Amino acid sequence: MADNGIGASVRRVEDDRFLTGRGTFTDDIDRPGQSHAWIVRSPHANAKIKSIDIAKAAAAEGVLAVFTGADMAADEVGSLPCGWDITNRDGSAMKTPPHPPLAVDQARHVGDQVALVIAESRALARDAAELVAIDYEPLAAVTATAAANKPGAPQVWDEIPDNLCYDSGWGDEAATDAAFKQAAHVTTLELINSRIIPNPIEPRVAIGEYDAGNGKHTLYTTSQNPHVIRLLMGPFVLGLAEHKLRVVAPDVGGGFGSKIFHYAEEAIVTWAAKKVGRPVKWTAERSEAFVSDAHGRDHVTTAELALDRGAKFLGFRVRITANMGAYLSTFSTSVPSFFCTSVLGGVYTTPAVYAQIKAVFTNTVPVDAYRGAGRAEANYQLERVVDKAARELGIDPVELRRRNLIPSSAMPYMTPMALEYDSGDFAANMDACLKAADYAGFEQRRAAAAKQGKLRGIGLSVYVEAAGLGPSHLAGKLGAHAGLYESAEVRVHPTGSVTVFTGSHSHGQGHETTFAQVVSEQLGVPLESIEIVHGDTDLIPFGMGTFGSRSIAVGGSAIMVACDKVIAKGKKIAAHMLEAEEANIAFADGVFSDSASNQTLTLGDIALSAYVPHNYPLDSLEPGLDETAFYDPPNFTYPNGCFICEVEIDEETGAVAVVSFTAVDDFGTVINPMVVAGQVHGGVTQGIGQALLENCTYDGDSGQLTTGSYMDYTLPRADDLPTFAVEHNEIPCAHNPIGAKGCGEAGATGSTAAVINAVINALAPLGIEQLDMPATPHVVWRAMQAAKAAAAE
Amino acid sequence: MSSISVAMTVNGTRVSESVPARTLLVQLLREQLGLTGTHVGCDTSQCGACNVLVNGRAVKSCTMLAAQADGAEVLTIEGLESDGQLHPMQAAFKEHHALQCGFCTPGMVITAIDLVANDANPGEATIRKYLEGNFCRCTGYHNIVKAIAAGAEAMRS
Repeated sequence: MADNGIGASVRRVEDDRFLTGRGTFTDDIDRPGQSHAWIVRSPHANAKIKSIDIAKAAAAEGVLAVFTGADMAADEVGSLPCGWDITNRDGSAMKTPPHPPLAVDQARHVGDQVALVIAESRALARDAAELVAIDYEPLAAVTATAAANKPGAPQVWDEIPDNLCYDSGWGDEAATDAAFKQAAHVTTLELINSRIIPNPIEPRVAIGEYDAGNGKHTLYTTSQNPHVIRLLMGPFVLGLAEHKLRVVAPDVGGGFGSKIFHYAEEAIVTWAAKKVGRPVKWTAERSEAFVSDAHGRDHVTTAELALDRGAKFLGFRVRITANMGAYLSTFSTSVPSFFCTSVLGGVYTTPAVYAQIKAVFTNTVPVDAYRGAGRAEANYQLERVVDKAARELGIDPVELRRRNLIPSSAMPYMTPMALEYDSGDFAANMDACLKAADYAGFEQRRAAAAKQGKLRGIGLSVYVEAAGLGPSHLAGKLGAHAGLYESAEVRVHPTGSVTVFTGSHSHGQGHETTFAQVVSEQLGVPLESIEIVHGDTDLIPFGMGTFGSRSIAVGGSAIMVACDKVIAKGKKIAAHMLEAEEANIAFADGVFSDSASNQTLTLGDIALSAYVPHNYPLDSLEPGLDETAFYDPPNFTYPNGCFICEVEIDEETGAVAVVSFTAVDDFGTVINPMVVAGQVHGGVTQGIGQALLENCTYDGDSGQLTTGSYMDYTLPRADDLPTFAVEHNEIPCAHNPIGAKGCGEAGATGSTAAVINAVINALAPLGIEQLDMPATPHVVWRAMQAAKAAAAE
Repeated sequence: MSSISVAMTVNGTRVSESVPARTLLVQLLREQLGLTGTHVGCDTSQCGACNVLVNGRAVKSCTMLAAQADGAEVLTIEGLESDGQLHPMQAAFKEHHALQCGFCTPGMVITAIDLVANDANPGEATIRKYLEGNFCRCTGYHNIVKAIAAGAEAMRS
């Protein structure tokens, strides 16, 4: 291993700038001559826009321009595209409504963009926005997922009956029905996967700039994937070819999925910059983020598990209604369908699985991928039902899982949802986690807690994800409009230092360190001589960006392949310089050596020769040492693991405290254990947040967002959380060169079920079988009161 | 819009600016003085990304008018290094991987220094409680808590 190579907990190189205030986040950028945008948003959940009078606003102090949806439509600005088509069970296509960046004749959720004010300062733009007079005709609205598809529900789109976007089926329905017919026991659970507002601490920002000298547009934006934004916004929304559009995503302050998507504001500032002839900057306030960042989750589910007499799982069936919001965000349609259903088999040998997914429109903010997208919802349903089955059958939940786990000897394992798990030892994860969490000692801890007036509970969750997105040919078959490869360019400079241009994007993941570790390991170059560049479409060959736990597995693999190309070319150069046979040249630790003569050359020697090719095979080889790779993975990766959570519930108040949380994860090869553990801490915290604290709610009558600030929406704080115990069980991925499976989403994917299973475990002695997230003190206290009242009757 | 003059010491340097009266301290720091290390993460005084030290105490600079800081000593994240060396709390954050995206980090470090000024040897429960006005969405606070304990120890020695 190189000193700071794969497996070392190298301290992060990016930290110095973040710790000293020298980071460059998008809002830190000011362009010469910059103007400022304020977006007028709908206060209504559903309303016809009868007229917009901009006269007073346009005449206000410092105002450069006021625009409406009609202005953008007049310039033939297109619709924000949805990138994934889903087919209905009857073979017809899903419904895709238009999504203009500024609403034209109707606003369809609170926060929908209706008008744009551009002024000399943000404060003046905001002042003038108050003067835009919009005559709305409010209409009835529907916000609740379960209500949207009911007969008589208010219509979000006149042309889309019953608010139904799609009704799709996944898996083998007949085989699953047959499995249920022969079941000795069926466990049924109705549950809600609560709605989440992602809340990266950096609000979204977009700056548009137009250079009339060369006809080129630049967009600075808070994005996880600038090339995807260039592709979607350029040709599809604004009619701009890629060579005249540069998209820059500099330091980005967290994403968690919410910064994957192409947002209206990006198109608005890019378009407006040319209209006003000056750069236009828009910075979201947190209040705007709540009503304009894509939300997550929001499923209503009926889940059924069929078991035989030996408690072996025969079949798993779910019916899900998933909320899309008012418009289809970029990847929204794929989340409850492909991403949720593909892993419904989980870590179990269940032979038959079927899912019916109805996606519905509501008068709410669009819903799209949030950390663990789809797979988190799948795991929550499955692991909740398994626990309920264990209670119904009087079997220990560990034992029930053990009877049904896919054994490591069965790898590679083809699931009934057509995924092939390449590797993993699910029983080993569970055993290690049980040991680390002292599962055997739980009853003693429960008894000790009871003496303190606390109800103690323990819950576990075993999970597997489909990550490392993903094989392009499969994505295409499943309805994706994009490929899912990643690019890397490894440029060795004349004196041997290295710049890597990666299509992955880092917004907290630490790529500038971990990717450099990979290059250091491969090329034998010290870490301080390697620079990782990302986030600028003018610098990077191409990039699908960072989501779906794909950066190290796909982006890292692309870097590995590019390094291999550098080494292969270096061998040819070395053979020429040493007058040796190429077959005799070996490369290790930054040195090319000729096994016949024992002569050596360093990578630096080779690089200098490549750029100063005086003694160089110019007749057969081009000068330079700069190699590009596009890596398309042959399969998904399958991060997997086991989480155990212990909670204590205050019987007087219903307050739930997480007293311990233990994670054992198989992420394949771990590049930097410190960074990977940090990803687990953060992901688990988001799961605990969803399970106990966070909840996005709308008022059913008015359609107003009732959790529109940090005073109403409970983000986890330091004193809501325990210290975490995290272990890695490294079983390398069998099909990518780096062996990594990805670690970004696992914590969020597996943790909600562990927490709620622990809460139910604590409350089960009172007769409580079911609670939905979040298990706030209010929810738990009411459940306890109801249970006690029922017991007293 | 009426303008006012404000004068204060920022990171040891005397500054004097004319700004609209409604200018917030964070706007003065970021937009007038170019000190963009102080961030704005919310508009309701909850997230703490904008924390700076005003006369030695952590203050949410999005909730204070620049005029209110007239005559004050203001210290931002940019002013913590000395002789090119990280402040012990900054160094502890790096050593313990207490930051991921880095957006909440300046406010966290400022709050941590404020805590240590009040309690030189804070325990875990004290640290967690003291961070109630600072959100981090990346780290789960696990490593921030460890870093603050280590930073406090380094500041004692």
